[in-house]
Amino acid sequence: MAKVQIKKKSVFIDMTAMSDVTVLLLTFFMLTSTFVKKTPVTVTTPGSVSVIKIPDKDILSITIAKDGKVFMSLDRQTDMASNLQAVGAEKGFSFTPKEVKKFQVLPTFGVPIAQMKSFLALDDKSEDKVLPTLGIPTDSLNNEFKLWVKHARENNPDLRIAIKADQNTPYKVIKDVMNSLQDLKENRYNLITTLKQMPKGV
Amino acid sequence: MAKAKKEKQKKMNIRVDFTPMVDMNMLLITFFMLCTSLSKPQTMEINMPSKDDNKLDQTQKSKVKESLAVTLLLSKNNEVYYYEGLPKQESLKKTSYDANGIREMLMKKNINVILQIKQLKEKKTNLQITQKQYDDQADKIKDEKNTPTVIIKATDDAVYKNLIDALDEMQICSISKYVIVPITPKDKDMLAHYNGPK
Repeated sequence: MAKVQIKKKSVFIDMTAMSDVTVLLLTFFMLTSTFVKKTPVTVTTPGSVSVIKIPDKDILSITIAKDGKVFMSLDRQTDMASNLQAVGAEKGFSFTPKEVKKFQVLPTFGVPIAQMKSFLALDDKSEDKVLPTLGIPTDSLNNEFKLWVKHARENNPDLRIAIKADQNTPYKVIKDVMNSLQDLKENRYNLITTLKQMPKGV
Repeated sequence: MAKAKKEKQKKMNIRVDFTPMVDMNMLLITFFMLCTSLSKPQTMEINMPSKDDNKLDQTQKSKVKESLAVTLLLSKNNEVYYYEGLPKQESLKKTSYDANGIREMLMKKNINVILQIKQLKEKKTNLQITQKQYDDQADKIKDEKNTPTVIIKATDDAVYKNLIDALDEMQICSISKYVIVPITPKDKDMLAHYNGPK
């Protein structure tokens, strides 16, 4: 009788310790995690030996795709909203609160301002499909990119600009972007790269 | 006997089965692990000359000693050319982005600084100086007067990677004075007329 009972007991595994461990891991991940932002295009950044890490907040990141399309993202939603209104006002577009609300939760934006209204009317799925084909115009005739950066800076003076470009982007596009930034007196910025080993013997 | 049975049952009731809890936690952990980017991306900080100072730069540029100036021309198909001093067709040379290309050339030019930095690094690894002291002294060494100045000019056909590679070499070779400037028609012309080493 006693023997049988002991056997039954050994089947039951105490999960408390296991649960402790998992909760600990979970807390760790929840605290350290920064979510991967959904980007409209995949960008392979070139490698460099630089080891400076990018700061956590106040980042205006500019994504440049292989085909020269430019996208932007801001890390604060309030900035996103005021930026849209400021740029819209300058170009003569006004947006309803509903549209602004939709805009400020976008992870990345890159739409010519004239098409912004129709873009915001789309549902999420078609937005993802359409976005990679658009991009912010950077040419000298219609330099909306400059406007976005200008207003982003006005909204947040501590903003740091980070350029994330694909390694096969033609230099012409980079030059346009850099020139626009230079016109705005934005002379300090970060270029995002992946880590490369320092060559030996240096 | 009956009493004993009752006690046993009471003990069993206290036990809570944690298996579903663990299941749920594991699920959440998997979710967080997949959705996070743990390593923050690296960046390279650059300072561009401001446009208003461009005129000023012109006069400053002439102050750069001819013998210390190196101009890199980034061209199409991952080709890179360089010349020392003033732009002259004869001095244009073709090189590459590998270790025995521009790096070797720049290292030769900047050998004094590199040797000093090396000594400093050794001191740091032997814990004779702190990181801060190292940074201060390294900055001082790099800013010395007779260090080469590199001018990077990229053509429209170059790709972004070329620019980063060139900037990277500056860091590897401990060159503190470098600038990215637009290419001039003269440089383009020189590239067009380049016909192999003479």
